[in-house]
Amino acid sequence: MSNLMVEEKDVVVPGEILAQGMDFVPAQGCLRENDKIIASQLGLVNLSGRLIKVIQLSGRYIPKKGDVVIGKVVDIGFSGWRVDISWAFEANLSMKEASSDFIDKKTDLTQYYTYGDIIAAQITYIFGSKIIDLTMKGPGLRKLKGGRIIRITPSKVPRVIGKQGSMISMIKEKTGCRIIVGQNGLVWIQGDDSEKMLLAVDTIYKIEEEAHLSGLTDRIKSFLEDRNGSSKKN
Amino acid sequence: MAQAKKTERPDGRKLNETREMEAKVGIIKRADGSAMFRMGKTIAYAAVYGPRELFPGFMQNPEKGILRCNYDMMSFSVTERKRPGPSRRGVEISLVTKNALGPAVNLDQFANTVVDIFIIITQADAGTRCAGITAASMALADAGIPMKDLVSAVSVGKVNGRIALDLVKEEEDLDGTTDIPCAIMSRNNEITLLQLDGDISEAELIEAVELAKEGCHKIYEIQKEALKEKYKEIKNE
Repeated sequence: MSNLMVEEKDVVVPGEILAQGMDFVPAQGCLRENDKIIASQLGLVNLSGRLIKVIQLSGRYIPKKGDVVIGKVVDIGFSGWRVDISWAFEANLSMKEASSDFIDKKTDLTQYYTYGDIIAAQITYIFGSKIIDLTMKGPGLRKLKGGRIIRITPSKVPRVIGKQGSMISMIKEKTGCRIIVGQNGLVWIQGDDSEKMLLAVDTIYKIEEEAHLSGLTDRIKSFLEDRNGSSKKN
Repeated sequence: MAQAKKTERPDGRKLNETREMEAKVGIIKRADGSAMFRMGKTIAYAAVYGPRELFPGFMQNPEKGILRCNYDMMSFSVTERKRPGPSRRGVEISLVTKNALGPAVNLDQFANTVVDIFIIITQADAGTRCAGITAASMALADAGIPMKDLVSAVSVGKVNGRIALDLVKEEEDLDGTTDIPCAIMSRNNEITLLQLDGDISEAELIEAVELAKEGCHKIYEIQKEALKEKYKEIKNE
């Protein structure tokens, strides 16, 4: 006999019993203890079939393979760059992964990226917590020149992006800004019009603030339209 | 007069009753996780930072992250001014707090890193280490640290020959009082902290620990409620 003790989208605390019996399988954020499944993290319950998952709601960014992150070049070595990606340890960007063209060993690496440069990169490999490899080969991965960077809570990033990027493409369309959202909570915004850029920044902060409320997309849409309209009149 | 006082507690509580409790989560903005826990006149604040890089490097553990704890009392928290800064007592309580929370957290995926806990007592009326552990456990959960269970802590003791829950300073200072701080993981009643100061018989100790379990279950409910309160609106989505 198996029974589920929680519902979809319930907020659970660590140690709470989610289900009893062997019919359910613990996924991320859960663990099995004898015949019980318990939450190991504070978060939202997500049920898909027999799988029980707890989605994290708070806390620092934890790197995952495949994540696109925004980082800052903090060091240059013999064969690559060290990049700060808002995690306890710096990530490594090797010469081979830095550019599609061949970089000779003797090249001055600052030609490509130098100290303080902001880049959008993808995590290709993680071992433990100290070894994190990045790549610059991929769509949209590049050095970010100009613009501004804002920091949001990493757990709110999925809401800023929206389903299949619906939210972010709406902001891009309405403000005409170029925006890249890193999974580590850094958002890069660049626009030709400073007022439009400010609107994009305000919108993203608004999403972060109201990420947990319902009807977010509609509210953000009307917020953008209101602000767009008022700026035209002035 | 003295005879009548023996059966009553200074604040008129029953022997198995805790003081009035209050818990809040997410009160320190710049911390990764934070919480406040009040038990009567004892107030503890806890802030959690991390996982972050651990210095000095030789302390890093390549197999799992480590927990670091810092307990301190504000100089104004007690009647007689407490000299600010770390003390012999503070170091000991930091250690027992770390050991009380250690079995609950799982830092396997955060190798070489540290999770720092800072506990500050702003007002003390006995049971500060217990309030500190309770607050720290909520702060850890708020910081998204994987945990087996929440840790709740309460002190029990023998006052005037009777086993009582959650002693206040007045009771603690009486001659012959035995003070037993207890930290318990509620789901399986696992004890993670048990200290004893005073004389007590074996049977009485068992009785006291049973009482502590009962008290911790009540505290657990308060912790759970406070954590859920912070994210309550998500449910209505």
